[in-house]
Amino acid sequence: MIELTEAPIDAEQIRLAVSSPQCGAIVLFLGTTRQFTDAKETLTLTYTAYAPMAQSQMEKLAAQAQARWPVEKCAIVHRLGEVPIGEASVAVAVSSPHRRDAFEAASWLMDRLKELVPVWKKEHWAQGGTDWVHPGLFPSQDDNGVQ
Amino acid sequence: MNVRVKLFALTQDLAGTSEVSLELAPPVTIAAIRLALAEAAPALGPILPSCAFAVDNEYSTNATEVRDQAEIACLPPVSGG
Repeated sequence: MIELTEAPIDAEQIRLAVSSPQCGAIVLFLGTTRQFTDAKETLTLTYTAYAPMAQSQMEKLAAQAQARWPVEKCAIVHRLGEVPIGEASVAVAVSSPHRRDAFEAASWLMDRLKELVPVWKKEHWAQGGTDWVHPGLFPSQDDNGVQ
Repeated sequence: MNVRVKLFALTQDLAGTSEVSLELAPPVTIAAIRLALAEAAPALGPILPSCAFAVDNEYSTNATEVRDQAEIACLPPVSGG
């Protein structure tokens, strides 16, 4: 299960997708939208993607994880559109015979996803205004998030 | 050769469009596309050096040569997760 979706992420459906009788471990990671970035309050987040490339990059990462660790099944789901605070924006799940491989592969997949998968989020601030999040693009922003 | 560059997130907002059409003499490289894009959409100038480019859904380098009809995307630093 490798997909982009505008629907809320169903963790149980993802767990089932990677479940296997050969596996003694399933690691399921949910990335959830956070209310505060330092002292700044977020009302909601909007995610957008270059969908065909995001899909192919996620498939490639899953294949790489399976080549590198004894991973039985892999699921990566990224939510797009508006995601309210506290809900999952991304899910990565991995099953393997033993737990250490599942932890390592899931952690590696999340790190690579955040570097390589073309998805962007926009913060909608409680104090008003919005900002695209582009890590490393600007050294600092003023209090209004305006350049 | 006509090259259309897809824009996303802040680059889309700054340029005021989701796609920029460029006319370039072959051989067309990503480096040439960067320069032409900065001229066609000056608002992108300051952030283009931090943007990656993709050709047919694969990350490219400045030296990557682009064939006719390839799909080009300008990717500002990603923030999924």
